[in-house]
Amino acid sequence: MELLYVGLAALGAGLAVLGAGVGVGKIGGSAMDAIARQPEASGKIQTAMIIAAALVEGVALFGVVASLLGVLR
Amino acid sequence: MTAQKSFKIIVTLLLTSIPFLSFSNEQAEEQEGKEKFNATEMIMHHIGDAHSWHFFGEGESAAVLPLPVILYTDNGLVSFMSSEFHHDTEGHHVVEKDGMSFVNYHENIYRLNPGAEEVEFDAEHQILNGSEPLDFSITKNVAALFLTVILMLVFFLSLSGHHKKNTHAPKGFNNLLETLVLFVRDEIALPNIGEKKYRKFMPFLLTVFFFIWITNILGLLPGAANVTGNIAVTVSLGLFTLVLILINGNKAYWQHIFWMPGVPTFVKPILAIVEIMGFFIKPIALMIRLFANITAGHIVVLSLLGLIFILESTGVAGVSVPFALFITVLELLVAFLQAFIFTMLSALFIGMAVEEHEHH
Repeated sequence: MELLYVGLAALGAGLAVLGAGVGVGKIGGSAMDAIARQPEASGKIQTAMIIAAALVEGVALFGVVASLLGVLR
Repeated sequence: MTAQKSFKIIVTLLLTSIPFLSFSNEQAEEQEGKEKFNATEMIMHHIGDAHSWHFFGEGESAAVLPLPVILYTDNGLVSFMSSEFHHDTEGHHVVEKDGMSFVNYHENIYRLNPGAEEVEFDAEHQILNGSEPLDFSITKNVAALFLTVILMLVFFLSLSGHHKKNTHAPKGFNNLLETLVLFVRDEIALPNIGEKKYRKFMPFLLTVFFFIWITNILGLLPGAANVTGNIAVTVSLGLFTLVLILINGNKAYWQHIFWMPGVPTFVKPILAIVEIMGFFIKPIALMIRLFANITAGHIVVLSLLGLIFILESTGVAGVSVPFALFITVLELLVAFLQAFIFTMLSALFIGMAVEEHEHH
């Protein structure tokens, strides 16, 4: 039973990472496109990219914290 | 030239490995002893709060800064130094004070019932014959928080002192601080709150930005406390933003929450529910984001180093130490980024609350 909880928590953390990976990947890809089109705006694009990436990462960390609570019940 | 450069690189690498010294010390000694190495326990010990500030070493030779324990019991305030527990966190060492006896069980202070001489546990390691008094102790986190406050006072009093006397830009460290202050003003406050009202919120935004950044960086030092990775600290920071929105929200803002203009009447109550939920979720998201980012960073570094002891092989160190170093350097970026994000989102939420709606 204990092992099941730990396994489920690990699965949850993995799913959270999966989502964040897709999200950050899309943000990074779009930012690359945008910089390639307008290299002179790269500074602004980078700032916006980092903010968006941090927001996505935050959501992933919600998942990680939830799974952590599952393990450390 | 090349020799000088490579020497520089070696020195930098050696310096960057200093943060791991305290971990390695401790784990090696834990390993020698009794039972199997317990990674969860080690990680929880490192990211948790404590009643004494432990730097390195084990047992009697450990470098520990004792901190005052302040308890509010039925018989009034009681205080003593945490060194009276003699590094015991298993509840075995009983401290007698003002006719009451206290034990430290996993950094929770319990007061034993009158007449009890020793701790009794039930099958699930819950203390049977004691209760927890209200704990106002200066714990490790509180002490680290005070340290940040002192640092900020020293930094910014000297900066403001400079500007009282001179009109030209300051030199050296103060110049760096001024650059950051201008960064907060020009990149965070001005675009999000607007030119008319940003000045009123600058003190809050600057304080939050520098407080989070300095505590994050101090938290990366060896033996330091994990202040922003403590949910109570981030709750308080989130509450400040909530209170500022509550106080400064203008008529249009509240109207948009409770009775959204410009939509059919039957949608208005539904939107009101969603908006009220959103009102509370904003600071909760702020609080969880900071807490989770900092705690996750610490856990990742500690887990990587813990791998060496879980697999019981020194060869793993060749992989896990450089990777832990990489994560630590990444954490330096995260320390700044989280301070920036928290301040930015606070400014954004405040900006939404004070925005003037001219036409609809």
